[in-house]
Amino acid sequence: MTYSYYPGCTLKTKAKDLDFYGRECARALGVELEEIEEWQCCGAVYPVVRDEIATKLSAVRALMAARDEGRELLTLCSACHHVLTRVNHDMLTDPDVRAKANNYLKPQVPYAGETKVVHYLQMLRDEVGFDVLAKAVKNPLKGRKIGAYYGCLLLRPSKVMAFDDPEDPRIIEDFIKALGATPVVYAMRNECCGGYVTLKSEEQSRENVQRIIKNARNHGAEELITACPLCMYNLRKFGDGGMRIEYITELLYEALGLGSVQEPGTGADAGTPADAVCGAGLKS
Amino acid sequence: MRLPEAEIAAVVKQISGSDVKKCMKCGKCSATCPAYGEMRFHPHQFVTMVARGRVDELLKDETVARCLSCFACVERCPRGVEPANVVAAIRVIAEREQGGSNFVPDEVPGLIEADGEIPQQALVSAFRRYRK
Ligand code: SF4
Ligand code: SF4
Repeated sequence: MTYSYYPGCTLKTKAKDLDFYGRECARALGVELEEIEEWQCCGAVYPVVRDEIATKLSAVRALMAARDEGRELLTLCSACHHVLTRVNHDMLTDPDVRAKANNYLKPQVPYAGETKVVHYLQMLRDEVGFDVLAKAVKNPLKGRKIGAYYGCLLLRPSKVMAFDDPEDPRIIEDFIKALGATPVVYAMRNECCGGYVTLKSEEQSRENVQRIIKNARNHGAEELITACPLCMYNLRKFGDGGMRIEYITELLYEALGLGSVQEPGTGADAGTPADAVCGAGLKS
Repeated sequence: MRLPEAEIAAVVKQISGSDVKKCMKCGKCSATCPAYGEMRFHPHQFVTMVARGRVDELLKDETVARCLSCFACVERCPRGVEPANVVAAIRVIAEREQGGSNFVPDEVPGLIEADGEIPQQALVSAFRRYRK
């Protein structure tokens, strides 16, 4: 199966590890990810208020590019997945947003939310299958106690995201199990790390992260995994260092026996934040 | 010229898409809110005050920016009221006023210098959340 792939700005720069290992593992599992051309940053925050149109257009362009290629649109970053899914829902259900976006973009064929947005984890579960994945594991992560950190963006609002049970999700736990490790269920796995306010209200984020990590540890987790670069940043910055935090794709890479992942900070993540702000370097 | 309070309240209702009259004042949204201690007004108060047309106080309060947009209140409201959308509408209306931006590009170099690990996502979302 071939997917149109939307990496997003952070996977091209600070979260290169999430992207690189994700592509390598997809290839190993026989899944083609074809990056859409000339994509633009999705904006990282879904514009909730209904009269926002311009801030949704980059997402619409990406959705439309996948539609034109006749494929599903695959995401990896939780925030991109959230924004693209919700904007797509608007295009499907809100005639006002749909009319204005189409008027603005003037595509040859108007867009009305036809594209299916699929997260990497859903691809693993529904396309590859966790049972098949388990058989592809060459290096089972036996004995490792791993907590899934879902955060907010993949799950809520569940009416639109339809990702998993918003209060008792299991997709990442099933993923961890398929890799041969032991998933640790803890209460705060779907509570917010304070990602969006980290630059303006650092203390608020710190408190959230410390509560989450303490809760995970009390339930027996020895490491956490996430699909969100902003969660990763917060968890590493405000955690106590004793809890290892990895991307889902790093864990997958290791379990598939494709190699060992490098320590944080020494890997591919060499881009500077300025890349995103000036919009340079987004195309690979 | 600034709109009268009642008219701004009508705009809030419209752009939030939230049916504030459906609120049964159970307080579940505020009980679950991870920013409860940071915000002067809590999600259930946003809903009630907007329903009564009292938005001026909300618009003056800067702690509205502390809402994490985590959508926990939306998910856990038993009446489908979507309090986070009301909070967002207030925040956006305040930011759209002249001088309402709370994040300027000049802040970025200093932030990056202080912490080279800041992901793009944090900067992009700050521009989205704190500016019109
Ligand atoms: S949870 Fe819903 S119904 Fe209950 S107080 Fe909050 S907005 Fe009102
Ligand atoms: S979205 Fe905002 S108001 Fe609602 S629970 Fe989260 S922090 Fe609180």
